[in-house]
Amino acid sequence: MPKRTDIKKIMLIGSGPIVIGQACEFDYSGTQACKALREEGYEVVLVNSNPATIMTDPGLAHRTYVEPIDPETVAAIIAKERPDALLPTLGGQTGLNTALAVAEMGVLEQYGVELIGATREAIEKAESRELFRQAMANIGLKVPASGIARSMEDVRRLGSEMPFPIIVRPAFTMGGTGGGIAYNMEDLEAICRHGLAASLKSEIMLEESVLGWKEFELEVMRDKNNNCVIICSIENLDPMGVHTGDSVTVAPAQTLTDAEYQRMRNAAIAIMGEIGVETGGSNVQFAINPANGDMVVIEMNPRVSRSSALASKATGFPIAKIAAKLAVGYTLDELPNDITRETMASFEPSIDYCVVKIPRFTFEKFPGSQDSLTTSMKSVGEAMSIGRTFKEALQKGLRSLEIGVPGLGKDFCGCPVDKEDILAKIRTPNSRRLLQLRQAMKAGLTLEEIHDATKVDPWFLRQIQDILKVEEELKAFALGGRINAADAACVALLRKAKEHGYSDRQLATIWKRDPLDIRQLRKEAGVLPTYYLVDTCAAEFEAYTPYYYSTYETGQELHTGTNRKVVILGGGPNRIGQGIEFDYCCCHAAFALKEMGLDAIMVNSNPETVSTDYDTSTRLYFEPLTLEDALNIIDVEKPEGVIVQFGGQTPLNLAVPLKRAGAPILGTDPDSIDRAEDRERFQHMLQKLGLTQPPNGIAFSAEEAKRIAREITYPVVVRPSYVLGGRAMEIVYSDEDLDTYFREALGVSGGRVKENPILVDKFLENAIEFDVDALSDGTDTYVAGIMEHIEEAGIHSGDSACVLPPHTVGGDIIQEIERQTMALAKELNVVGLMNIQFALKDGVLFILEVNPRASRTAPFVSKATGVPLPRLATMVMLGKSLKELDPWSMRKGGHVAVKESVLPFHRFPGVDVLLGPEMRSTGEVMGIDATFGLAYMKSQLAASNRLPSQGKVFISVSDKDKAGIVEPARILKELGCSILATRGTAEHLKAHGVPCEPVLKVYEGRPNITDQIKNREIALAINTVSGKKSIHDSKILRQTTLLYGVPYTTTLAGAKAVALAMKERSGATLGVKSLQEYYDLA
Amino acid sequence: MRAILALEDGLVFYGTSFTGDGESSGEVIFNTGMTGYQEVLTDPSYAGQMVCMTYPLIGNYGVNAEDVESDRVYVEAFIVKECCKIPSNWRAKESLPDYLKRHNVLGIEGIDTRQLTRHLRLHGAKRGIISTREADPVALVERAKAIPVMEGQNLAAAVSASSPYRWDGTAPRAVSLNKDGSYDWPGVHTAPDGRGVRVVVYDFGVKWNILRLLEAQGMDLLVVPASFTARQVEQTGAEAVFLSNGPGDPAALGGVIDELAALCQRYPVAGICLGHQLLGHALGGKTFKLKFGHHGCNHPVKDLLSGHIEISSQNHGFCVDVDSLKDVEITHVNLNDNTLEGFRHTKKPIIAIQYHPEASPGPHDSRNFFHRFRSMVREELGR
Repeated sequence: MPKRTDIKKIMLIGSGPIVIGQACEFDYSGTQACKALREEGYEVVLVNSNPATIMTDPGLAHRTYVEPIDPETVAAIIAKERPDALLPTLGGQTGLNTALAVAEMGVLEQYGVELIGATREAIEKAESRELFRQAMANIGLKVPASGIARSMEDVRRLGSEMPFPIIVRPAFTMGGTGGGIAYNMEDLEAICRHGLAASLKSEIMLEESVLGWKEFELEVMRDKNNNCVIICSIENLDPMGVHTGDSVTVAPAQTLTDAEYQRMRNAAIAIMGEIGVETGGSNVQFAINPANGDMVVIEMNPRVSRSSALASKATGFPIAKIAAKLAVGYTLDELPNDITRETMASFEPSIDYCVVKIPRFTFEKFPGSQDSLTTSMKSVGEAMSIGRTFKEALQKGLRSLEIGVPGLGKDFCGCPVDKEDILAKIRTPNSRRLLQLRQAMKAGLTLEEIHDATKVDPWFLRQIQDILKVEEELKAFALGGRINAADAACVALLRKAKEHGYSDRQLATIWKRDPLDIRQLRKEAGVLPTYYLVDTCAAEFEAYTPYYYSTYETGQELHTGTNRKVVILGGGPNRIGQGIEFDYCCCHAAFALKEMGLDAIMVNSNPETVSTDYDTSTRLYFEPLTLEDALNIIDVEKPEGVIVQFGGQTPLNLAVPLKRAGAPILGTDPDSIDRAEDRERFQHMLQKLGLTQPPNGIAFSAEEAKRIAREITYPVVVRPSYVLGGRAMEIVYSDEDLDTYFREALGVSGGRVKENPILVDKFLENAIEFDVDALSDGTDTYVAGIMEHIEEAGIHSGDSACVLPPHTVGGDIIQEIERQTMALAKELNVVGLMNIQFALKDGVLFILEVNPRASRTAPFVSKATGVPLPRLATMVMLGKSLKELDPWSMRKGGHVAVKESVLPFHRFPGVDVLLGPEMRSTGEVMGIDATFGLAYMKSQLAASNRLPSQGKVFISVSDKDKAGIVEPARILKELGCSILATRGTAEHLKAHGVPCEPVLKVYEGRPNITDQIKNREIALAINTVSGKKSIHDSKILRQTTLLYGVPYTTTLAGAKAVALAMKERSGATLGVKSLQEYYDLA
Repeated sequence: MRAILALEDGLVFYGTSFTGDGESSGEVIFNTGMTGYQEVLTDPSYAGQMVCMTYPLIGNYGVNAEDVESDRVYVEAFIVKECCKIPSNWRAKESLPDYLKRHNVLGIEGIDTRQLTRHLRLHGAKRGIISTREADPVALVERAKAIPVMEGQNLAAAVSASSPYRWDGTAPRAVSLNKDGSYDWPGVHTAPDGRGVRVVVYDFGVKWNILRLLEAQGMDLLVVPASFTARQVEQTGAEAVFLSNGPGDPAALGGVIDELAALCQRYPVAGICLGHQLLGHALGGKTFKLKFGHHGCNHPVKDLLSGHIEISSQNHGFCVDVDSLKDVEITHVNLNDNTLEGFRHTKKPIIAIQYHPEASPGPHDSRNFFHRFRSMVREELGR
């Protein structure tokens, strides 16, 4: 049966901002779905608040709403667009939950919209812990013993009946949000309070622990005729107890016999039928008792998930695309397999390589949080790697992570590790455990001891041991001193090491050589990688989709062709500060290159992304982004250019070494990048151009820093010179603070900083910051977007909200910003994109930073102005002039766009939510409307900061903010809100004619403000602080706000924006408008 | 120990033996199943073949006592990328190298199995030889050329049981027939009329899971050698005939085909794999050799009667020529290459499928075949 003809218009819901547990994979799935549905002739309506997604590019859907993803907004879009069907299974948990909420509101019924892909009943059955448990019982499958709690009384009752540890799993959430492992009643109550709040339906399950059991996942697809195929099996290296998103996972399953695998397969298919997933992809998780093979079902997701993206990239099977086509009525045997062309989608991929996924963590950015892994996901990204063996894939995966390790083992020093020490470390799952397993073996622990402590399957431990054996061989060989390409034993060992995944950098460390010497040695010895295909069928059929991985084997199957080609280096695993925005740029580079008739060669290691979709580029290399791996590809491809300015810091760091190795870097010269990054060269350049930067100096000790600080006057911003993304960056107000900083942040007291000097800059208090994105061809410069930060200077630009166009400064300032931008672009001879950060204080513009590369804001600016920056930048790099391309004529105006950041604080209990110079946001949303207030309101709604229209507002601000808070407080009062304020703030407000009630601070006795928050009396919290002590004293207040989900702001500027937004919102309903309408395309 | 794999067309691979010294030869084929190597090793259909697993990591879960398809290893040699020496699985009793050594079968690793597979895909299944003894690849290639080709080989006779046996639930038990050729059917299974359906199963290299699943359908089984005649079947008092899988070229079993043609006139008959091909011949059709065969666990087969798609377990190098058959309805086709995967006779109670409904290894999607067989027989017998 072909596709349905009774539906014409289909609505898709995206997943919104990147958060922990929901990242680029839903852009990947949504983009595939949009393309697939369009291809079939359907009209596609899309809603997604995330501007940095490919799916929200106006060419993908017919109607693209960059609007908040909440039931009210979606309902408004449905009322306006009148779609025939709603496909809820491709936008993550957000998409699913929102669709369910809209269905419950009766909106779908009212407008005759059909849910396709999954029915309301199926979603509820799969997502409700209780219904799911019953469903499993119906088909004779076991689940861990458990109880359902809907209140704290339930929790206490169940807690007293069940043995600890107890796993807490909230219903209708993703990424294990609000879940955890409780070892005692106190833990349990704390986790459950959070969990009940996190669950869409205040339902949590308390489950008897199967900690230590083996964990598996199957990715299943089903069509409307009940044909089921398993796309991929996945085995977790980390046993039960660690969220699968935080686990090292391997595909296919490694330690199951066919009989055991088939039992699991049968169970997965039975589950699809029982839950009633009509069509599409689902993910089912199982746990197996390693002692006797007992199997229990953990959970299933009736939608495309993060694991689906991984399974797609691991096998080459386009799950999301096929899921979309199944949803409109096709069956699996009617859809061709794009990769083999001659076979159909109704088959199960067979792979002839091993895939390893390793999560990437950022605990260091959240001081106060514990580096331990539980059932609540904490990783912010992941790298995937492919090798012919697990050992090769594991080492490639580790170097793909970009956490400073070139594989398993970093310095290979014989540093003694204490057995007990390391045993204690590995016993608790943590972000470094994979590396600690090696140390544990080095320390002399037996595999049995390690297995007992970690429950990691002995198979994985032996694989790691095999890697270490080669390390020993390499060390022993180094002593013989016969490291040269003429020595047969050396060549054989070199090949063996490469087959075990050793990087040149690792070999260089062990053999005490330069990595490039090892590379030379390999070339002389003929130890070179070959590139094998990911073909879904283990070479049984010819493959047409050029998706490659490197390995050290004997065959050759790469076809590079004779067309002109350009290599694009991607961004690697998502991390804070480098995520989907850069992938967006890389994808556009590929699209532009293909459009110009060139081959686009993509290199990336992030399985979540659109860039690693097989039809984004001409050829895809799923490879680590290291110098070695990049040069290997450049060697075989011999491209005419390499694009490094789109993938964020990762490829940018490779620019200079690549250039030195002879690779043709496209666009801005790496020397210009150095000129912008090197402090001295940067200063010289600014002086030459007559531009101003904040007074600054370089210090090697606390004393030196103090001297500089006194000279340029406090407050100052201090940071180590090598850091990125604001790591260890702080604003200090006094000598005392500076001492603390050296002692605590740097671990240095009294003495000198060893390697990297400390940069001390004057902190421009209460300055307004601007981010500027520009495009230059070396001759002309197009100032693409000037964004005014909402939050004042001192907050990392990535965490700050911003508005385009600026709303508080005049035309003269704008002109000056444009003049300076053009001067810098010209001086640096920028060819491509650049980003500049300015600060405006007392009428003077200061330059904070210049980055001659694509910035995090490039997609936002592109979307807000309708000018496709990365695409134009690619064309410029290939020689087109701006005059020819004429971006000026493309620009759309007449609206205001606000970008807001989304922060992951709720994942890291114990962390203060104050914003600072260190970036901690994981994603962003865009609010777009006719005025600043409405756009800001939308941005807040989209970021789940659900500003109220009424109710009690709590205000407590620092002395410096007291004058400024009066006006916003007055507005709130006029809107009918009542105001609660702490003593000082209350006095000030009253003195200025704003009536308010006083309330006690946390340390002033009971009842205090946190009691009112807990009693859910507070509708909005405004809290600003300065100085260490007051920050410390009010931390509990902010954490309570977070825990109870109260909308909040921690800056005065934020408070002003909030008041303005609430004022504009009052009395008016928020409208919805598609990008196509904003761009006058419709 | 260094081992060389040489193919008849001159391609040579260097690897390492994980089973010690040895030499072996046969037709080199590849299998794309990611699990189930123990079932593959013990499947008699692989007699005469050296099997290359496309999944590179083999041996991870070791070898256990249960997952066997016969009482020994039938592959001539086993070719893998990396063999795991110390297995990890709660049922593992032995490592893969130890198991192969115990069965005197050569196993080699360190082979670029993808390169080998691509070669076989492009150039077809090849005769090959593996040796740890001969260091001269040229000499090995010459010897590979001298290995008999698969076409025309009657391997089923070699792997078939030498005398009748019954299935006791876990293993074969020899039985003796009465002087008049009749068999005292144990009648362990009861049908509504008080006795189970009596089925003679031809063993051309039968996989034990076929016996397990037939038994699970409530059938009394007598397993007989390939040389059993139609007259002998009649004498046993059987009510239906089942033809097993097996190795080699069906066209080489001329004598067997004649007997089967006779049986088709009198009994409900079902066949799997080689049994399917033999039925094709018995009904007057022909078979041909596939370029590199179907060996794996992921081929989609469409059941034309129900419209359902089964992910199937496949292991065959020959195929029945659809156009050569009369009075036959196609019931199953392979969705990858549209080859015949199953048929039924339009006038007689005869059904056959080319792939492996017994799986082992592979998905269990096709087990309904055994149910279909039982229903067909019951209907025919009026019970």
